[in-house]
Amino acid sequence: MNSKQNLAEVLNHRQGAKIPIDFGGSSVTGVHVFTVEKLRAYYGLPWRPVRVIEPYQMLGEVDSELVDAVGIDVLPMMGRSTILGTVNEGWREFKTFWGQTVLVSADFGPKYDDNGDLLSYPEGDISVEPSARMPKSGYFFDAIERETPPFDDSNPNVEDNLEEFGAISDQDLAHFKSLADGLRGSGKGVLGSFGGTALGDIALVPGMSLKHPKGIRGIAEWYMSTLTRSDYIMELFERQTDIAIENLKKIHSVVGDVADAAFTCGTDFGTQNSLFCDADTFSFLYKPYYKKVNDWIHSNTNWKTFKHSCGAVFPLIAEFIDAGFDIVNPVQINADGMDPKKLKETYGDRITFWGGGIDTQKILPYGTPEEVREHVLRQCEIFGKNGGFVFNAVHNVQANVPIENFGAALEAVKEFNGEK
Amino acid sequence: MSELLKQIATCIEFGKVNQASPYPPQMRGQEGADELTRKALEEGIAPAQILEEGLVSAMAVVGQKFSENKIFVPQMLLSAKAMNAAMVHLKKFFSSGEVTKKGTVIMGTVMGDLHDIGKNLCAMMIEGSGYEVIDLGVDVKPEQFAEKLKEHPGACIGVSALLTTTMVNIELVVKAVRAVDPACKVIVGGAPLNTDFAKKVGADFYGRDPQADIDYLHSLSA
Repeated sequence: MNSKQNLAEVLNHRQGAKIPIDFGGSSVTGVHVFTVEKLRAYYGLPWRPVRVIEPYQMLGEVDSELVDAVGIDVLPMMGRSTILGTVNEGWREFKTFWGQTVLVSADFGPKYDDNGDLLSYPEGDISVEPSARMPKSGYFFDAIERETPPFDDSNPNVEDNLEEFGAISDQDLAHFKSLADGLRGSGKGVLGSFGGTALGDIALVPGMSLKHPKGIRGIAEWYMSTLTRSDYIMELFERQTDIAIENLKKIHSVVGDVADAAFTCGTDFGTQNSLFCDADTFSFLYKPYYKKVNDWIHSNTNWKTFKHSCGAVFPLIAEFIDAGFDIVNPVQINADGMDPKKLKETYGDRITFWGGGIDTQKILPYGTPEEVREHVLRQCEIFGKNGGFVFNAVHNVQANVPIENFGAALEAVKEFNGEK
Repeated sequence: MSELLKQIATCIEFGKVNQASPYPPQMRGQEGADELTRKALEEGIAPAQILEEGLVSAMAVVGQKFSENKIFVPQMLLSAKAMNAAMVHLKKFFSSGEVTKKGTVIMGTVMGDLHDIGKNLCAMMIEGSGYEVIDLGVDVKPEQFAEKLKEHPGACIGVSALLTTTMVNIELVVKAVRAVDPACKVIVGGAPLNTDFAKKVGADFYGRDPQADIDYLHSLSA
């Protein structure tokens, strides 16, 4: 059974031959570029500048050498444009604040402000305001909330918040076809990040890819608008999902079954100890639109649907399932109420936990390798029963993780799988 | 409590900013925190009484409901917005000395960290509880906290981090402000933090949510 076949077993809640491993399959299951470099060294691979394939969070490419060395089962299928509005092409060397030489796209950055912070510009256009900033003591970017035209509540125009959700271009479609052609026959599982289906993802709200964002673009304003402008937001979601489904039809025609799952939405509904909305609001405001996209995917493809939401979302997982999600990520086991056993017992036969393999707030960055090993073995024991578990950390592996700990986590999964 | 102050408190609790604001639907068309606070002052109610009985009491209810997961971030933001609409009318009485603050809190996200939703929520709630908040913003260097503390002796420090990569910088803040005032109280917050971490870096308190911070601040002046 190869990785792809094994992943299919697991996603269908049958006991697979082993627990699949994903690191690098998406923008929420990735590895910081600094840690990728250290991981290559850990596995004895020669130094080379690592590509930053997701610049917002500075995620590094887990290349084929590392995939083989680690035994990774899931490969990414990501768009050519990034959340920052840059395009992953024209690679060049770049020295980071932490002294690492990496490869970035031609339009990455490229300016620094008076504090020495790195600024990012939509489409690399320095004639407009920067849309993201990386502090010189930081490891990735965060959005700059730019001035937008005042929102006219008497005449709201949903087009303002739809600008980044247009019809897929021929160039982007060709990109997905090319990726699919390369991945077909790889024997690996593939996680597709096709874009356009995330509803109200707060990372997308500021419109970092846009030169002149309009509509509701402030983070606090967006959250308040979920209450005060729910009609506008539902109209936006309606329009967005209609566009997304048309795009998915085209994407599916070139990708087909090469993808095993579609990263459908990354909207966070949880905080460390609470939610951003209750189940009733989720059901009213979001679920009809998620369901529309998920139903189309299930009716027309073999893809599983993948929902990312950080935080204490135990009370919403039943709603996620009802909305048609097959997979939940990152399974933040250190958030309130996210007890692994309770999660598995309550929802384990209906949803796949893609994540939750290791706590990234305490154990991975601050534990010992032995503590990491024991923790990972315990998580595999709990989540791995009867399939429905893909090993991944709670969100991306950050720059400060001791590489011995990350290595211990990966080796512990292999130990659980009987591979060592 | 006068009927007017009760109405102000209700507006703040439910996020009714002004008459034009459509939320909450059941209060559509009614006057909000903005108009009612102005009216209370015109009727001669003491600014300190408006602050305490109209604003602070309402924000205490909001903080409690948030702690108990009965309301969530969007509602809390709207309550804070309504509180700010009321506060606009009261600001001049702070500078005149007619209304006194319960204390001063210097706040910011730690060096390297730009994530400020949690810090902003805490700042709004703390201000609404009767404290002066000096918000230094995001990516605040330890020496910036220290310099501001020199300008405001006796102030508390509130510092947050969302990231495991930046939380380590909190210890530098504690050291910097303690060099200015060894008795300075430091409150820390943010997703990856906990009480053990606060103790480890020498901070005085870990606040899991805004209400916890407020309860701690109240305990200092009790």
